[in-house]
Amino acid sequence: MAENSTVENTTESAIVKPRKGFLNSFFEFFGGKALRLNNDLGAMAIFFFRSFFMIFRLKQIPEIIAQIYFIGAKSTQIVLLVGFFTGMVLGLQLYFVLVKFGSVGVLGTAIALTLIREMGPVLAAIMITARAGSAMTAEIGIQRISEQIDALSTMRIDPLGYLISPRIAAAVISFPILTTFFDLIGIIGAWFSGCVLLGVNSGTYFYRVVASTQMDDIMGGYYKSIVFGVLVVTICCFQGFFTHMRTDSFGAKSVSLSTTSAVVISCVMILVSDYVVTSFIV
Amino acid sequence: MDEQRQPLIEFRGVSKTFGTRNILNKIDFSIYEGEVTTLIGLSGTGKSVTLKHIIGMLKPDEGEIRFRGKAIDKMTKAEWNDYIGQIAYMFQNNALFDSLTVFENVAMPLKYGTKMKKKEIEEKAMARIEQTELTEVFDKYPSEISGGMQKRTALARALVTDPQIVLFDEPTTGQDPIRKNAILGMVAEYQKRFGFTALMISHEIPDVYFISNRILALYDRKIVFQGDPEEFEALDHPFRQELISSLESLGEELTGLYSKRHFKVRYQTDLSQRRPDATYAAAVFTIDDIDVIGANLGHEVTQQIIRSLGSYINKHFGAVGGFSSRQTINEYATVLPYSDIEEAERIMKDFTRDFQAHGMSGIEAAMADEAKSENCVEFSVQAGLAQGKPQIEIESVMEFARFNQKQIAQFSCARGGKA
Repeated sequence: MAENSTVENTTESAIVKPRKGFLNSFFEFFGGKALRLNNDLGAMAIFFFRSFFMIFRLKQIPEIIAQIYFIGAKSTQIVLLVGFFTGMVLGLQLYFVLVKFGSVGVLGTAIALTLIREMGPVLAAIMITARAGSAMTAEIGIQRISEQIDALSTMRIDPLGYLISPRIAAAVISFPILTTFFDLIGIIGAWFSGCVLLGVNSGTYFYRVVASTQMDDIMGGYYKSIVFGVLVVTICCFQGFFTHMRTDSFGAKSVSLSTTSAVVISCVMILVSDYVVTSFIV
Repeated sequence: MDEQRQPLIEFRGVSKTFGTRNILNKIDFSIYEGEVTTLIGLSGTGKSVTLKHIIGMLKPDEGEIRFRGKAIDKMTKAEWNDYIGQIAYMFQNNALFDSLTVFENVAMPLKYGTKMKKKEIEEKAMARIEQTELTEVFDKYPSEISGGMQKRTALARALVTDPQIVLFDEPTTGQDPIRKNAILGMVAEYQKRFGFTALMISHEIPDVYFISNRILALYDRKIVFQGDPEEFEALDHPFRQELISSLESLGEELTGLYSKRHFKVRYQTDLSQRRPDATYAAAVFTIDDIDVIGANLGHEVTQQIIRSLGSYINKHFGAVGGFSSRQTINEYATVLPYSDIEEAERIMKDFTRDFQAHGMSGIEAAMADEAKSENCVEFSVQAGLAQGKPQIEIESVMEFARFNQKQIAQFSCARGGKA
């Protein structure tokens, strides 16, 4: 074996490595990145589908309810708070734009469509990511580094079924509900700033809200929120589940980095997918 | 003898490398059914990696692992499920779910890994909780209970599915000496009671000798020894200098007692210089009904009783030139190299009187808390003397001393103790 090693070393040293040109370096760098991204996306897709198909089991119901409570119910307050002030700011800004054209009567239309089509699903998803998504990553990451996930495997319990599936189901249920809350409280917030503080007629405002909102607008918002829910929960759980595979850190540090990555990637993906979904439904 | 038996689990030329670091280099060893096998090795030498190969958490780069002669990587899905269903794994840091109570942790493998009904799950989990003395904390979270209780919770969870094979990854880490021995005692007791095959990683030398049928030594990426503890004590290998000797010396510092190996070495060096017709005396002390004590008073109290007797024997006989060692889980041996049998009898009488007057207080203190409960148990301490000569094997002299044993003290939890 030692002899073989010597031969290999000699052969290696005899090879003259060609000098890398600009194009070689360029494609090596970006090609490597692209390959890693491709691998990660593939792994995430497998992660999602394996978890998704394990949702449909009777034993999951209590776990799904617990996760709806955590992702949905416990995020309600922050979503309502942010929704109300988002609506107020929108009402304020749009009033001063519309008043220049003498069209304050359409304030309700502008508010309803902006919130229901775009801002409601996006901002609600970002708020849930910040509150529940980060917590999910940290919790699963800690379970990974403390060998709790390995313990599940040794007990013949599928970690994806036990940890991830209930969270995906809960996200698919909770995101549209929280988006609805965001839209409603946003419309009320805009009414408060536009009508109560700035004097727009309340009857006109609510008439416009109801008259200009179509079922397609509402369903479009729900489609988006479901897509965001699936993306956020998959990204956050994936980052936590594979926190031990990080090459840049170990232990508690890897959990903190995974949590940061989960929130950043989720927020970016919410905005990217928002454009993609919007382009399909308009 | 081992060659004639079929191994339950067998490693054949297993190698594992992480990145550029080779951890296991073509290791071969066998584990036999119904035995306690202990894997000993320096830190970071791949002991946990070896265990994780057995449950399929890691795959070997080279070689194969066989279960009853069948390579586990060639098993069908049904065979694999059947195989893995027979194994339980107790993690080094327990790996308890900190958001679940003790009961929920113990019930978890049954709730999610079987199709048992809720009532059956509750009964079985509670039975294991009672057996591991956790009834009082069944509704507490892992962070609310002591380290020893957490270990017992992990043990209860590992045993709740009635596994055929239990893998213990350093079950005594982070425990004080009493609890370490209590956990080892617990492993030995459950192994006897449930009959599972145990593979354990442990550094508790020489205590693991008392409960292990076989020892495996992992050193420099290879298995350098596999055999029974007696053979292991005679092993002539650098591994001993690096690990075993240091641990044995530490044991001596802590307890004052010799390890079995040092006991033999001291015996040979002290008596080889003597004339062939010179005589010496040996004494053997035994605590009766050790299993009954364990079952009624718990493993920690049992270990306190054993240690209390050991330290009193060492203190008393050390003062008159004797040296002592723990021979089995409940037996101590003492050699008085310069005493004949008559002098030894006088020393023993003094010891018995002192032990009854003062030495029993340590044991009574250990029993005090349990005496208040209904778990009442009676046991005795037996002692026997024999005379030996330098050319006679120490084992024969000790056997004769065992034969001569008579009761020197009796204990009853109702009244503390009486002679």
